[in-house]
Amino acid sequence: MSQTLSKSETGAGRVENEGLFTKFLRATEVDVRLLGMIAALLAIWIGFHVYGELVIGRGSFLSARNLWNLSVQTASIGVMATGMVLVIVTRHIDLSVGSILGFSAMMMAIVQVWILPEYLGLGHPMIWIITVVCGLLIGAAIGAFHGYLIAYLGIPAFIVTLGGLLVWRGAAFLLARGETISPVDSTFALLGGGPYGSIGATGSWIVGVLVCLGIVAMLVVGRRQRNRYNFPLRPMWAEMFLGIVGCGVTIGFVMLVNSYPWPRGIVKQYVAANNIDTPVNELFISHGFAIPVLILFGVGILMTFLTSRTRFGRYVFAIGGNPEAAELAGINTRWVTVKIFALMGLLCGLSAVIASARLNSATNNLGTLDELYVIAAAVIGGTSFAGGVGTIYGAILGAIVMQSLQTGMVLIGFDAAIQQMVVGGVLVVAVWIDTMYRRSAK
Amino acid sequence: MSDTMNKTPLVELRDISIAFGGIKAVDHASVDLFPGEVVALLGHNGAGKSTLIKILSGAYKRDAGKIFINGEEVHIENPRDAKKYGIETIYQTLAVADNVDAAANLYLGRELQTAWGTLDDIAMEAEARKVMGRLNPNFQRFKEPVSKLSGGQRQSVAIARAILFNARILIMDEPTAALGPQETEQVGDLIKQLKKEGIGIFLISHDIHDVFDLADRVSVMKNGQVVGHAKTSDVTKDEVLGMIIMGKCPLGAIPGPGALQTA
Repeated sequence: MSQTLSKSETGAGRVENEGLFTKFLRATEVDVRLLGMIAALLAIWIGFHVYGELVIGRGSFLSARNLWNLSVQTASIGVMATGMVLVIVTRHIDLSVGSILGFSAMMMAIVQVWILPEYLGLGHPMIWIITVVCGLLIGAAIGAFHGYLIAYLGIPAFIVTLGGLLVWRGAAFLLARGETISPVDSTFALLGGGPYGSIGATGSWIVGVLVCLGIVAMLVVGRRQRNRYNFPLRPMWAEMFLGIVGCGVTIGFVMLVNSYPWPRGIVKQYVAANNIDTPVNELFISHGFAIPVLILFGVGILMTFLTSRTRFGRYVFAIGGNPEAAELAGINTRWVTVKIFALMGLLCGLSAVIASARLNSATNNLGTLDELYVIAAAVIGGTSFAGGVGTIYGAILGAIVMQSLQTGMVLIGFDAAIQQMVVGGVLVVAVWIDTMYRRSAK
Repeated sequence: MSDTMNKTPLVELRDISIAFGGIKAVDHASVDLFPGEVVALLGHNGAGKSTLIKILSGAYKRDAGKIFINGEEVHIENPRDAKKYGIETIYQTLAVADNVDAAANLYLGRELQTAWGTLDDIAMEAEARKVMGRLNPNFQRFKEPVSKLSGGQRQSVAIARAILFNARILIMDEPTAALGPQETEQVGDLIKQLKKEGIGIFLISHDIHDVFDLADRVSVMKNGQVVGHAKTSDVTKDEVLGMIIMGKCPLGAIPGPGALQTA
């Protein structure tokens, strides 16, 4: 399905005198926007690194440590941004994601710290599972309720979720009377990353190889399918190019996360706990992929599958493109809206797991202002407020861009006030660029 | 169609009324349609013809009246119900989702799925190529969003969607409004072909010249009421114009509740 509004087209009767670049884009069916986003991201990364080198005398942005941290910090926003794509594609908005996250996190903290240990005993292996299920269900239920108000009672999404923003933040405060609940269950805490919450070098290589196999399999199956129905094929060199770039990026990422070792203190602790004879100085234990990053991968793949391969996804885009046509085509648009907001809520619950596990506690202000980062991520990633257009991978890239800006500004010592101003400015500029792009594409 | 009157109508709308905020858009209107017949529903803008037909296609809910299909009363509450009875509609606004491609539009709401429950895009595109090949052999832009297509191409997508699912009753609301002469002719040929296959067709238009030659009968509406019904062989274009403009029912027509009473 053409949810990417790809500029490339393999049909007959096209312009003959095209440049090499256009020919390349057409053959590989790569979206121009995607290239633009990657270029912007690289510019931000290199910019912060060089600025650090020149002004502070120490460029730390492009270090394994920073990039690893960046990947973990992106996870929570990225997970929610994939859901926000569907919300914005159907011409709605969800301002309540940060508050739903805060409320779910608080509920989960109460369940795993105050309630479950009473019945199961502290550190019981079922605690984290029950807690996560609770968090997801609470998020989904709140989202579904918002969706019901929007779809069946006809209240605009802006108002429902603006109300939700205040209601759920207030409710989170009431739950624990404003207390911070800490520490969370030790297994649960692994879902937030950190040295123990990462899968190590071997695990990362296994994941990397699986991803590469997946990329190759997708290209082969796709080609075979198109061949079977006599549809136009991509040229062989383009297929090879896509495969090599995909696998190259994957392997590069694996090597990056594996080159970031555990800090000395953690290694000491680990050595002491496991009676290892090797001196601490000679041990190099890789972090590998952090668990929240793997969760984001998983969510990204599932959501991409949902949007491009299922009826639900098709309906979401059709409703966004023309709500009236979708209704007349027999789609139950109200029910689809409820499902979209329930899914958004579920993803907020998942982000609440990541965020509170990473912090090892649930605080009353967890997730404050997240809605802005999430919306910005989706919009920077090419989701259009006009409806009907948006991609999951774009939103995840958008989340990386937002987090890179944030991290970069912290590294070079901008204070919080300036950070806020930059984030706000970027959001407005991103929408402006999107508007211009669409006008010129017509 | 001389013998149609003895058979059970394919569709019968009986005494349909609907009001929007006190304005009676359709007021006790009755029309019928037989298999293999083309009925033109004529009237000015605002005469209530589109509203009446949207009740049949499930887009609006009627306030009063009954709908019969093959003589049996049916309940049509939404577009899904209508499609269940083989009623397909091509709307004036085309009602296509601009941001997805032709195949996705053809199957919107009724997607083909693989054994895994996922969308079978390839099969849908293959079917789309077949149907579109029949309707518009020059059409090649299967991968582009519909917004990139010309008016005529979008129209063929909308028509293809209606005939793809073996419609028994086809409603065409101003089918040629957005088209050039050549494309209009194509639509005319298509209507004749569908008619041969036994499909009943409602043509809705405010322009009598568009539809007079294609239709077997005309039903004229004015101010939400039916002025009258007539076989196109029994009346002239001028007489039908008189029905549309003044509500004057000629001798060859059967007057309805909206007919001018003074004559």
